[in-house]
Amino acid sequence: MEEVPQGCPGTGSAQAGRGASCQGCPNQRLCASGAGAAPDPAIEEIKEKMKTVKHKILVLSGKGGVGKSTFSAHLAHGLAEDENTQVALLDIDICGPSIPKIMGLEGEQVHQSGSGWSPVFVEDNLGVMSVGFLLSSPDDAVIWRGPKKNGMIKQFLRDVDWGEVDYLIVDTPPGTSDEHLSAVQYLSAAHIDGAVIITTPQEVSLQDVRKEINFCHKVKLPIIGVVENMSVFICPKCKKETQIFPPTTGGAEVMCQDLKIPLLGKVPLDPHIGKSCDKGQSFLMDAPDSPATFAYRSIIQRIQEFCGHHPPKEEHFLSS
Amino acid sequence: MLRAQGRAVHQCDSGWVPVFVDQEQSISLMSVGFLLESPDEAVVWRGPKKNALIKQFVADVAWGQLDYLVVDTPPGTSDEHMAAVEALRPYSPLGALVVTTPQAVSVGDVRRELTFCRKTGLQVVGVVENMSGFVCPHCAECTNVFSRGGGEVLASLAGVPFLGSVPLDPELTRSLEEGQDFIRDFPKSPAFPALFSIAQKVMSEAPARLS
Repeated sequence: MEEVPQGCPGTGSAQAGRGASCQGCPNQRLCASGAGAAPDPAIEEIKEKMKTVKHKILVLSGKGGVGKSTFSAHLAHGLAEDENTQVALLDIDICGPSIPKIMGLEGEQVHQSGSGWSPVFVEDNLGVMSVGFLLSSPDDAVIWRGPKKNGMIKQFLRDVDWGEVDYLIVDTPPGTSDEHLSAVQYLSAAHIDGAVIITTPQEVSLQDVRKEINFCHKVKLPIIGVVENMSVFICPKCKKETQIFPPTTGGAEVMCQDLKIPLLGKVPLDPHIGKSCDKGQSFLMDAPDSPATFAYRSIIQRIQEFCGHHPPKEEHFLSS
Repeated sequence: MLRAQGRAVHQCDSGWVPVFVDQEQSISLMSVGFLLESPDEAVVWRGPKKNALIKQFVADVAWGQLDYLVVDTPPGTSDEHMAAVEALRPYSPLGALVVTTPQAVSVGDVRRELTFCRKTGLQVVGVVENMSGFVCPHCAECTNVFSRGGGEVLASLAGVPFLGSVPLDPELTRSLEEGQDFIRDFPKSPAFPALFSIAQKVMSEAPARLS
């Protein structure tokens, strides 16, 4: 679909193709014919594709820079430590695809086969897909508007040959916009187990998390729980704790109590996390005795328990 | 962060009136936050609607005489960024301050932002490295919490000035949470000289770079 005009009423709306702002739009005739109102056939195609994927988890945050991609990567690493568990990590942060670097896969390219695009494998049981693999240079910018990003997400869900997967983790950009709506919409006929929402302790971050929680309620996306990242800093020299991001309103703990949402855990700030990510290695392997590793493992276990207690069933989410 | 939550936006003959955040009326602010019924309300909009609002923020707000218009953007290189550049281009001079954290993962993303600037003809005033080291208040040991060096690497990759590093300071985050005036209340903070120096550089370099 090409560029949409300002004031576009939406392809699914009753005014599609008929509104004043539709004049001159290249899609006007298509919309006026009612084609836009029909459900996207890709939704059924993706439902078929997702039949081999047992559990689907979206990782969301309201704010940028809270450690969402770091968490998604380590959730994938943690689950894949059991070699009998097949894990897939899908990065739908189209403009800022950091997953390839964090997973040590920078420079890898995607291959096509008869059954679709092949994910890039970190381990035999851990496959990754990201727009980063489609870019030829680390300086390439993906300067795309919403509709083009949505098209890419559709392709990732429909055309990647994921194979038999126990957990598909979808890493998202921060916010509540095109990418999030598209992910929920395209997966609406498959079953999303739920969303994990990442925050840091401060109110400025929690405020955006509350919006994210409202988004989940609006699109009927179950919430597995909240992870509070960068919870506390332990000085490597004197071992004393400092709260670099002070929880001025009680942090995620108080927010989760107020909203009756599970707090999956709190991860302390360990400078080695950043270093492992920069090297593209699993922090869980690099620093098995760090309090942050214990926190990650406990959170991963709770997510597995949630998925185990909520087996996949047919459910249709509200499409946007 | 600027103590303006819950304020309302009014209309006047020349458009929307921005919200002044200080007594002296030296800083005015416009944000979609002022248009929400509640702070928890999610803005679940696709690109075209966001673009339309950004154009309105530029064209329909009665900013008055300004020395500097600072535009805070979300991460990425998408609708909001294109809309902002398109809306502001007729009102040159226009430049970009690019912010990164020290680690390579951040540099990996932010270098794409620099490409965006190049492709859209947006001049880069310089790179700022944020969250650059933390001095433990108990023992004064400085730890590179988010790795190190990213800001300078990025600036040299792009051939633009490196404006400086801002260290992590819990008092800065706390004062933003509580809507305090950080510069007035914490002049002794390690973040203050860094922020001040960067502001000075922007003010002295901006006219030369952007004309």
